[in-house]
Amino acid sequence: MQNSQTYQFQYALLLILLIACFFINISLGSVNIPLRSIIGSLFGNIDNTTWEIIITNYRLPKAITAILVGSGLGISGLLMQTLFRNPLAGPFVLGITSGASLGVALIILGSGLFGGFFATALVSKWSIVIAASVGSFLVLLAVLAVSHKVRDTMAILIIGLMFGSITAAVVSVLSYFSSAEQLQQYIFWGFGSLSNLSWQELSIFFLIYLIGMVLSMMSIKSLNSLLLGENYAKSLGINLKQSRFIIILATSLIAGTITAFAGPIAFIGLAIPHLTRQIFKTSNHKVLLPAVFLFGAIVMLICDSIAQVPGSDYTLPINAITALVGAPVVIWLLVRQRKMMF
Amino acid sequence: MNTKKPNTILKTKNLSIGYKTKKGETVISENINFELKKGQLIGLVGANGIGKSTLLRTLIKVQPELSGTILLNDKDLKSISALDLAKQLSIVLTETLTSKNLSVYELIALGRHPYTNWVGSLTSKDITIIENAFKLVNISELRNKKCYELSDGQLQKVMIARALAQDTDIIILDEPTTHLDMYHKAYILKLLQKLTKETGKTILFSSHEIDLAIQLCNTMIVMRSENVVYDQPCNLISQGIFESLFPDDLISFDNTSGSFRVKK
Repeated sequence: MQNSQTYQFQYALLLILLIACFFINISLGSVNIPLRSIIGSLFGNIDNTTWEIIITNYRLPKAITAILVGSGLGISGLLMQTLFRNPLAGPFVLGITSGASLGVALIILGSGLFGGFFATALVSKWSIVIAASVGSFLVLLAVLAVSHKVRDTMAILIIGLMFGSITAAVVSVLSYFSSAEQLQQYIFWGFGSLSNLSWQELSIFFLIYLIGMVLSMMSIKSLNSLLLGENYAKSLGINLKQSRFIIILATSLIAGTITAFAGPIAFIGLAIPHLTRQIFKTSNHKVLLPAVFLFGAIVMLICDSIAQVPGSDYTLPINAITALVGAPVVIWLLVRQRKMMF
Repeated sequence: MNTKKPNTILKTKNLSIGYKTKKGETVISENINFELKKGQLIGLVGANGIGKSTLLRTLIKVQPELSGTILLNDKDLKSISALDLAKQLSIVLTETLTSKNLSVYELIALGRHPYTNWVGSLTSKDITIIENAFKLVNISELRNKKCYELSDGQLQKVMIARALAQDTDIIILDEPTTHLDMYHKAYILKLLQKLTKETGKTILFSSHEIDLAIQLCNTMIVMRSENVVYDQPCNLISQGIFESLFPDDLISFDNTSGSFRVKK
């Protein structure tokens, strides 16, 4: 396609940026490790075993998680914005994240209600992952069912927000009945965290993420025809029901797993597609999908580097950083253009 | 006219259109019979709310017919798969595009979707057809513009080019002349006439520009509350069909000029 060539420069630039951010991210942390040792450790030759453990078991998984989280949330935001014909859509706004939170809250906080045997069986990493995925999938299905009946996109958005309120309400009821320890566990999950993922967990994360990504790539064509509107898409031979289902499945798999493993991370899903459209100036998903992938990963790596508070022992909640970066960007965009390009 | 190659592209038999609800059927118009031939320009006219859009929506399979049959290239519309339909019938609607952040080229290239692979890569054949669509509609200078930069008239031309790129036997347009000034109304309809002659495609459009349609169309479908008439414009005039189109308290049809006059 004649348009893809003109974007090669941008792609190359983003790729270089991504690699740079990746190394900067790995080199930052509470322990100061020189860059040469870091590159050395990635290729298996390092003399300092402590450094090696820090890098391979802690910093490397975290950087990879950041890439998966940033690119995944960006892409699910892109899918949602096109599907719902709404520039304000995103996994967070439409209640997917709330759904995941509800699932996790039921597992962590609700385990007290089941008591005994169930309590220990339920609160494992895996049950949290499954609960978050199921929760996000159910909420998205509900939003979609409603969007089928309600044509007004603003109404759909409000319904998504309502799901958020319901979630908050159920969570507060649950927290009333749960112990301080459980409450703390849930709150820490809510802060979001890119660290603490073992290689085994990361590989499961990556597998589900990959399925979601393949589904997203399969949807490029239907997404592009949806840019014309649903009736036009239909007239181009697109099976709307099936494409919609695939798009929603992809989003809930990606956003659901991310929320499950890294907690509810705000704003990335909404802001990244818009920022990418500023650089690439198109709505063509064949161009946008890889661009959003790269850009999302870069921004997440930068956010994580900031959250690290370089040179200190503190690690700030990643969720706070993404919102601090994301919200002003959205405001700036709206003020500058008075209208979101979509 | 009985030739071997099906000359009739779209045909309706005792078609009845309207809405199905839980309480029953609301019939908007019934007993619709017409036969659209290859290379014809057909205008669909009628008063507001008479069911022009409903008829078009039924013909493009957005809503089901209540009874009767629609035959597209001698096949029942109901039995044609979405992808096959996309290769035989393309549309231009009044609804605004979801995203106007596409370039004109990208938009027209979307017309090739039924033919491209899973990511929508264009083959050299696709590109030739797209270039041809640019040429036919004469919009080569718009190629790299964004859709939000276009005027209403330009956007309408681009949408027509997109439908041409879909390379179908019939193109159906829902009120292609709304929001356009008098010059562009005539321009678009004249363009449609040119396209039927040059490409041999059948083009059906609905419009309120009755006098323009009378001058340009091969045949017209006139929707009235009592029935739906299908004939050549000159026959429709001599039968006095247009006089009965609207209530006669304000405007009347002038047979000699083929247009409506305001009563003094």
